Amino acid sequence: MIEDLIQLLGPANVLVEREDLIPYSFDATAALRKLPAVVVFPLNTAEVSAILGLAQRHRVPVVPRGSGTGLSGGSVPVEGSVVLCLVRMNRLLEVDARNFTLRAEAGVLTQAIYDAADGAGLFYPPDPGSMKVSTIGGNVAENSGGLRGLKYGVTRDYVMGLEVVLASGEVCHLGNKCVKDVAGYSLKDLFIGSEGTLGIVTEVLLKLVPRPAARQTLLATYSRMDAAAGTVSAIIAAGIVPCTLEFLDSKTIRCVEEFAHVGLPLDAEALLLAEVDGHPAAVADEAARIRGICSENGATSVRLAADAAEAGRLATARRSAFSALARMRPTTILEDATVPRSELANMIRFIQETGARHGLEIATFGHFGDGNLHPTFLTDERNRDEMRRVEAAMKEIFGHALSLGGTITGEHGVGLAKKPFLRDQIGDGSLALLKQVKRTLDPENLLNPGKIVDL
Amino acid sequence: MSPEPNLLKSLDYSVLQQCMHCGLCLPTCPTYLETGRERHSPRGRISLMRAIADGELAPTRTFAEEMAYCLGCLACTTACPAGVDYGTLFEAARAEADRSGAQSGPLRSIVRFATLRFLLLRPSALRFVARLLRFFEASGLRRLIRRSGIYSILPGTIGALERQMLTIRSQFSDELIAGLEKPPGEVRYRVAVLTGCIQDIAFSEVNRATVDVLLANGCEVTTRRGQSCCGSLHVHNGDLETAKALARRQIESIDPGRFDAIISNSAGCGSHLKRYGHLLADDPAYAPRASAWSEKVRDISEWLVEIGFRKPGASRSPTAPNIVTYHEACHLCHGQKVSAQPRELLRAIPGLELRECPEASMCCGSAGVYSLTQPVTAVWLRDRKVGNIRSTGAAAVATANPGCQLWILQGFSGIEHRAESVPRVVHPVVLLAEAYRAETQAGN
Repeated sequence: MIEDLIQLLGPANVLVEREDLIPYSFDATAALRKLPAVVVFPLNTAEVSAILGLAQRHRVPVVPRGSGTGLSGGSVPVEGSVVLCLVRMNRLLEVDARNFTLRAEAGVLTQAIYDAADGAGLFYPPDPGSMKVSTIGGNVAENSGGLRGLKYGVTRDYVMGLEVVLASGEVCHLGNKCVKDVAGYSLKDLFIGSEGTLGIVTEVLLKLVPRPAARQTLLATYSRMDAAAGTVSAIIAAGIVPCTLEFLDSKTIRCVEEFAHVGLPLDAEALLLAEVDGHPAAVADEAARIRGICSENGATSVRLAADAAEAGRLATARRSAFSALARMRPTTILEDATVPRSELANMIRFIQETGARHGLEIATFGHFGDGNLHPTFLTDERNRDEMRRVEAAMKEIFGHALSLGGTITGEHGVGLAKKPFLRDQIGDGSLALLKQVKRTLDPENLLNPGKIVDL
Repeated sequence: MSPEPNLLKSLDYSVLQQCMHCGLCLPTCPTYLETGRERHSPRGRISLMRAIADGELAPTRTFAEEMAYCLGCLACTTACPAGVDYGTLFEAARAEADRSGAQSGPLRSIVRFATLRFLLLRPSALRFVARLLRFFEASGLRRLIRRSGIYSILPGTIGALERQMLTIRSQFSDELIAGLEKPPGEVRYRVAVLTGCIQDIAFSEVNRATVDVLLANGCEVTTRRGQSCCGSLHVHNGDLETAKALARRQIESIDPGRFDAIISNSAGCGSHLKRYGHLLADDPAYAPRASAWSEKVRDISEWLVEIGFRKPGASRSPTAPNIVTYHEACHLCHGQKVSAQPRELLRAIPGLELRECPEASMCCGSAGVYSLTQPVTAVWLRDRKVGNIRSTGAAAVATANPGCQLWILQGFSGIEHRAESVPRVVHPVVLLAEAYRAETQAGN
């Protein structure tokens, strides 16, 4: 198989040395590692197709990978697999300013997509935390989210078309530049978020939107979590949809203050960061109204950025949240339990109680506007006892999220990390359907096997 | 092979574990940018170090080569959300590669002995060799040999070495700077100035300018005679023991208690000097003094901003360039997180426009002896840097590290014969000192 791969791709695009395989044995998920047999770098769709053909012939599993920034183990290799790394397929093919679309190969970085759109006066909204390094193919495979979900949605909302290589090696083109298109099943949607288990995304056609002309940032602090939650409900009830509405809990606030010294009150229970964007007049009006709503709902302080520089400073607290937390302990596990917006205060309280009950450090921050929380476990993977407690706490947190009508993963995907909890969320019927789809498209179970679901 | 324990195994494991492999370092890493291979990225290298610490991988030749390929530019530490101390990991890894003998070879041993263990340990010997080199240059011998075409028949590295040979100044720091110099007015601070080794023989005017700007800001300046190397090159090349010996020597020569600050003007040295406390943490006789010493170390721009330096008056030096761009030395911006201060100095100069260049904080490829050990990558980075500098149209590029200064100068020397003008490559304090001087001459 390896000789065949070398013949196909050339020796520079096939890695087999142990020192090369170890760095591909993990992604950004904590504590998951497996050594692949080989790492390959196709340069075009035809090569991807040929690799899948070889994999079929040799019955070897294939694990697709972009920059390896996933947080659920989606691109962690299967033992003895071929890691199919798409970073060298990184051509930005077209920005179509007349149709507001962008076409790119799967290995183009998300940041480059954003920049290319921006250069044409347009806007690609999904902004996962890893966008400076993540690939667009990986974003599509994981259906990545980001900070702007409340107003702009997630990656799925911007995919108009895909080029996909099926397990058999066959190449399919799904979707097109038409805003309206009801010809047949919406098959592209099947592949978005499929984590490389149904096919390999090699090219994407993305929707762009006009770039907002203005934006404004506000920062509010609260002495009670309920007051912060009440503010969020009131903002939305007033008909305002901020593009971001982020929050930090008390533990995160203390860590951020210790790390970045931005002058946050250490006794604050919650912090809200809101950003509105759009027409300048609307932005000014909405920012003023949000400020009023924050005060009416018991904010202890509200700051409105006077200019872009101050907006940047206000956003520092939120931006440095993860950095601040990641420094606290040797292992940082970032989760993404998500609940309907109305249940946020309840969920956050439950996470705090669960942490205390298990003697764990859990800090929570996240996207208040869309209910997507990031309970972050600050722990040490070498401490067996503590890791057992982490697992128990996680199970309780997911259980509680589901009982509130939420989901086990808002934006990281199932991969390996959430696999044990999937049945609890979707139930036996859906799980059987999911398996049926997988078996139909990948009868030999060679595409990223063991991810999302075990057959 | 030496019987000492595996240095990566004896490292505090939590430093390795601190990497959560999120990958945010990848786009900032020059070698990953060059190849797109994880092994050539910070998180890939850390995974190899961890595999060695865990006993899953031996310190192989490939590993040693990987560590030699890393520039040690520390750009990853600026990008890292988890605050991984890559500097410590890198030093331990290079030392481990050295200890395990995975990279040995006769030429490497001779060169290492001659430079790290001999010349850089003996200030008088280094200066003697420098004088010889200067003679070699000034007498026309260098030009003669170059013309003879002998380099074309010698191994490639010798020719490369010759091309990178320093241009030696006619006067070294001790001749330009008195042991104690007092500011014109009231003494606000007492500082000691470090003259370095390469800086001293190749850019002694930077040391003079450093003293000048300190005097202009009320600092009484002590400059010890015959200073020796700080050991930064040793640490970068895996020779921890010699580095420790040199650190002790520095600590002995300057009592931190007597000074408000110990001033460095070379980014690579400053970054290392600030880690003496860390380097000698296991040495009970020196540990407390070493950390007290490190706490006093300031880069010149950092110190000037800290004490609220005086902006030069309006009359400007006729030689001052109008448009200046700034190249961030890795060990200043990533190693010491000093990034705004040098720009503040430049902006304070009347008539000077600071124009940012793309990728200002990306390594120029100099990286200690990297331009000799990894010439292909070093030249690739240098050309990229030169292109970015050119794109600004600046008449001068300011940078605060002798290695960068030499390497970028050499990058421009290739285009000397073309019609394009070659920008001046200069330390920011030299420009500031010129501005103060112009002001004095104008009678302000």
